[in-house]
Amino acid sequence: MAYFLQQLINGVTLGSVYGLIAIGYTMVYGIIGMINFAHGEIYMIGAFVAVIAFTLFAGFSFFAALLLVLVFAMLVSGFYGWTVERLAYRPLRHSFRLAPLISAIGMSIFLQNFVQLAQGARNKPIPPKVQGGFTLLNDGGFAVQISYLQIGIIVLTIMLMVGLNGVIHTTSLGRRQRACEQDKVMASLLGVDVDRTVSVTFVTGAVLAALAGVMVTLYYGVVDFFIGFHAGIKAFTAAVLGGIGSVHGAMLGGLLIGLIEAFWAGYFLTEWKDVAAFSILVMVLIFRPSGIFGHPEVEKI
Amino acid sequence: MISGDGEGGSVEMETETTAAASAAVSATATAAATATATAAATTTAPDALLTVEHLSIRFGGLLAVDDLSFSALPGEITAIIGPNGAGKTTVFNCLTGFYSPDVGRLLMRHSDGAEVYLERLESDQIARRGRLARTFQNVRLFPRMTVLENLLVAQHAELMRGSLYTVGGLFSLPSYRRAQQAAVEKACRYLNLVGLLSRADEEAGALAHGAQRRLEIARALCSDPVLLCLDEPAAGLNPSESKTLRHFLRRICEEEGLAILLIEHDMGVVMGISDHIVVLDYGRKISEGTPEEVAGDPRVIAAYLGEEDADDGSTSSTAATA
Repeated sequence: MAYFLQQLINGVTLGSVYGLIAIGYTMVYGIIGMINFAHGEIYMIGAFVAVIAFTLFAGFSFFAALLLVLVFAMLVSGFYGWTVERLAYRPLRHSFRLAPLISAIGMSIFLQNFVQLAQGARNKPIPPKVQGGFTLLNDGGFAVQISYLQIGIIVLTIMLMVGLNGVIHTTSLGRRQRACEQDKVMASLLGVDVDRTVSVTFVTGAVLAALAGVMVTLYYGVVDFFIGFHAGIKAFTAAVLGGIGSVHGAMLGGLLIGLIEAFWAGYFLTEWKDVAAFSILVMVLIFRPSGIFGHPEVEKI
Repeated sequence: MISGDGEGGSVEMETETTAAASAAVSATATAAATATATAAATTTAPDALLTVEHLSIRFGGLLAVDDLSFSALPGEITAIIGPNGAGKTTVFNCLTGFYSPDVGRLLMRHSDGAEVYLERLESDQIARRGRLARTFQNVRLFPRMTVLENLLVAQHAELMRGSLYTVGGLFSLPSYRRAQQAAVEKACRYLNLVGLLSRADEEAGALAHGAQRRLEIARALCSDPVLLCLDEPAAGLNPSESKTLRHFLRRICEEEGLAILLIEHDMGVVMGISDHIVVLDYGRKISEGTPEEVAGDPRVIAAYLGEEDADDGSTSSTAATA
């Protein structure tokens, strides 16, 4: 029981991070109908910016440094997200469907290699910034712990989710995004600037990915240029599981993938936890391609 | 020759019924000479809201619209009619920025004196600066948004300003609440006008076809247009809905001082409410004038019925209403 609870806590923490990244996939897919395969790299850049910024602001108190790091990571990643959209996707918006996909993969490879060259291929560690936590339960020598950091990650994720939900469902920007998602031509005829709305969506996804990057940096204390690929595919799985195009689905999918991974690593083999996650991807694609919250494409005849 | 020795009967029309309208089309009239004169003249009224001049667009070997000129006056309904494939929807697509014309000028002259050349603008600017709104042959709502939200999207510019570009909306600042309230009030006014107020919170995709058509017009009106382009608004409506639509269009035209540009195959609607009709065939304007003038123009009859059948009264009513 205690062990189960511990895995649950670990899984929810991991799931929060996946969920945040998955939202970027799902929002971009929703609005332009394309998987942004460079999204994992945006997250990786967020994590790198966090390492660099934490080192830069080492003299500050922790909370001041954290605030600066968050702002810094959001700005840089947002800028990358915007640039990627302008360079790799917008010129191909009216091209055949495979073209932006290929350019997305190209962008992903480029960003990985760019960071590898600019920052070096070795792991970049930072000293642990937040230590300690609560002991929830002590069951026969096994202490169930939730660290301050885990609490921070979960709370921040919940806040971001509530905020994003508010933006999408109650503000004019959210309405514009949903309108573009459903019918871009009609939206532009009603005076909506579709290009700008797509840009805003990319930047929103990038900012959330950057926040996930900062949290992961704090959580694991180490980043390298390849983490974007891994986390990206996991988050993509989460988005597909939840129903691509649905923000709630992405969050739930992230949580489920995090939990599956944590429990698999806890009860079976740690080395095989990726297999578990990717089996889910295969299974969802075969048996329920529209995911949990996705609405299946019904063709009217 | 088709028209030379036709019956010199006057063209009388009961504009309410389709049968009467098509009968008028079939009547071989003597107004041919005057109609020819109108068709040839390039009508550029100085008080026109929209002036289309020498519009031409070619798709490969097909000249879809060929040297078309006409104008639309504020407070009037201008109908564009013609057989299938005559280029009517292409004209709309040029006006709304989907196609850029090879030749020609599309000038909007607003009441404040501002002149906007539509062919130079992107679609979203045409809506904002040209103040032109459009509906489609096949209804294009945002199906997974509520009826009210569909109308709020059309007013997003005011709402974005009011919400200080989203930040204020998130924290629901007073300025956003005011803008939101004004937008909802305006939306409700138009919903009331099209009889959908009680269904404001339903999902738009769940409405019946007739209601979706009305909602689409209400949404177009919410974007604050001075020119409303309607592509076959009566398509798929039953006779009573079609009659309601006619009254409704006449009413908004008069009350809001709008200009309406109408593509329609239902001759009952066209003849009943249009102030001015432009007839296209193979991309060219073949006739132009009041419903009476157009209905009596032998070239219009020829285009609709085929030349050899022009004096065969029995086929005319079916063909003209088709």
